[in-house]
Amino acid sequence: MRLLPPQVLSANTSLKGFEMSDVSQPAAHPPVTDWVHDFDHTDPQWTEDPFPIWEELRAASPVVHTERFLGCYMPTTYEAVREIANDSEHFSSRRIIVRDVRPEVARNAAPPITSDPPVHKPAKQLLLPPFTPDAMKKLEPRMRAICNELIDGFIADGKVDAAARYSKYIPVQAIAHMLGIPEGDSDLFINWIHMILELGIKDESKLLQAVQEMSAYFRTHIEERRTKPTDDLISYLMNAKDKEGNPLEESHVLGSLRLLLIAGIDTTWSAIGSSLWHLAKTPADRERLIAEPGLIPTAVEELLRAYSPVTMAREVVKETTISGCPVKAGNMVLLSFPAANRDPRMFPDADKVVIDRRENRHAAFGLGIHRCVGSNLARMEMQVALEEWLKRIPNFALDPAGTVTWSQGTVRGPRQLPFLLGKAM
Amino acid sequence: MTERLRVHVDPDKCQGHARCKALAPELFELDEYGNAHEAGDGTVPPGLEDKAWLAKSNCPEIAIDVIEE
Repeated sequence: MRLLPPQVLSANTSLKGFEMSDVSQPAAHPPVTDWVHDFDHTDPQWTEDPFPIWEELRAASPVVHTERFLGCYMPTTYEAVREIANDSEHFSSRRIIVRDVRPEVARNAAPPITSDPPVHKPAKQLLLPPFTPDAMKKLEPRMRAICNELIDGFIADGKVDAAARYSKYIPVQAIAHMLGIPEGDSDLFINWIHMILELGIKDESKLLQAVQEMSAYFRTHIEERRTKPTDDLISYLMNAKDKEGNPLEESHVLGSLRLLLIAGIDTTWSAIGSSLWHLAKTPADRERLIAEPGLIPTAVEELLRAYSPVTMAREVVKETTISGCPVKAGNMVLLSFPAANRDPRMFPDADKVVIDRRENRHAAFGLGIHRCVGSNLARMEMQVALEEWLKRIPNFALDPAGTVTWSQGTVRGPRQLPFLLGKAM
Repeated sequence: MTERLRVHVDPDKCQGHARCKALAPELFELDEYGNAHEAGDGTVPPGLEDKAWLAKSNCPEIAIDVIEE
């Protein structure tokens, strides 16, 4: 007799809880007054400037806890983050976003990011070949063209919202290109991502609506390819076989497609935006990169460390100890790679951007088996986006008449980035 | 005094961040999944010692050993 895989069991056992929370309404969170015992990564203070908060939490304990989100831990040191990322026995990836409720796991599963061993590895290996550094090199000319087309659209204006007009569209158009869906549908994708990663934290109906809409969208594209196969990631996944040589189930294909679209967009949008934000307010770094473009790949790593966009999550499924702190099953874990990357015990001058930092084991793309599938794509996009921008717009600064705003929740980056360009400065 | 260096990637630790390949392309190769292994028997040609240490100190998974022989 074969035991049911753990995902099936957990889906069934959490069904009751799900029904009760299915019609959950968005709840306003009370403001945080005690960060160490009551942290909340959706608090406006965290969104605006999380760095002093992480420092306070790290000084208090390697692992802190909040009663919010039905109970959630947060490792505050690089070492504690590494321990958890490498421990899939006690920490499951079946839920990877800390939310007010715990949606049923099966409904929005997106393998391999929501998979644990042993299911994880084959699902991951399936996605890896299209994302190797060599595969990314082939995409690079298209990326340079996309960047220049975007710059053409605003360079004459003397000012621009670089988040809305530049950093946002680079990853959207790249992943649309790879998936083989129209680059012109960009705003549709961006809205789904906003519903899942931001609104969905507090309003589950938005999450479910976006997942349904995305699945319907991709089903249409899958149907088209049944009669007219294409050379893109959708056809690649449709034709992929599992270990036994069988085609993937439709739910697996749809889940992976949703994952690629979600994971590929606002993450890199955020990373490019934060990098430009840093360069806008740090003329010395900007001038150095213009004088030494060969330093850009090193600078990209440092910007990824200092402004890592992505915070993941795990669910504690078995009691254990992390960095000497007991953690209990049933709680979520806010797995903050951005906070780990600011740990001064791991990185000297952790709170400074050292644009030529030589030793940099940053965890911006995660650690362990769930290392970001798209890391090579993200790095290529960031390098190309900065190179093309600096070539054409060597002088730019934050527009004092505008306001920089940051996204809330799981992925942090500028969503409004008003710049003055060149002579307008 | 000349010391010879050899690099080795622990395949159980490597998760395919590909930092070594970016920093020391002469010393590492990637497989079809993007996971790294040392080029040839891992011997570091003279002049590339710095790159070997750089690759080691940038591997997020601590998967790279530099062996002094």
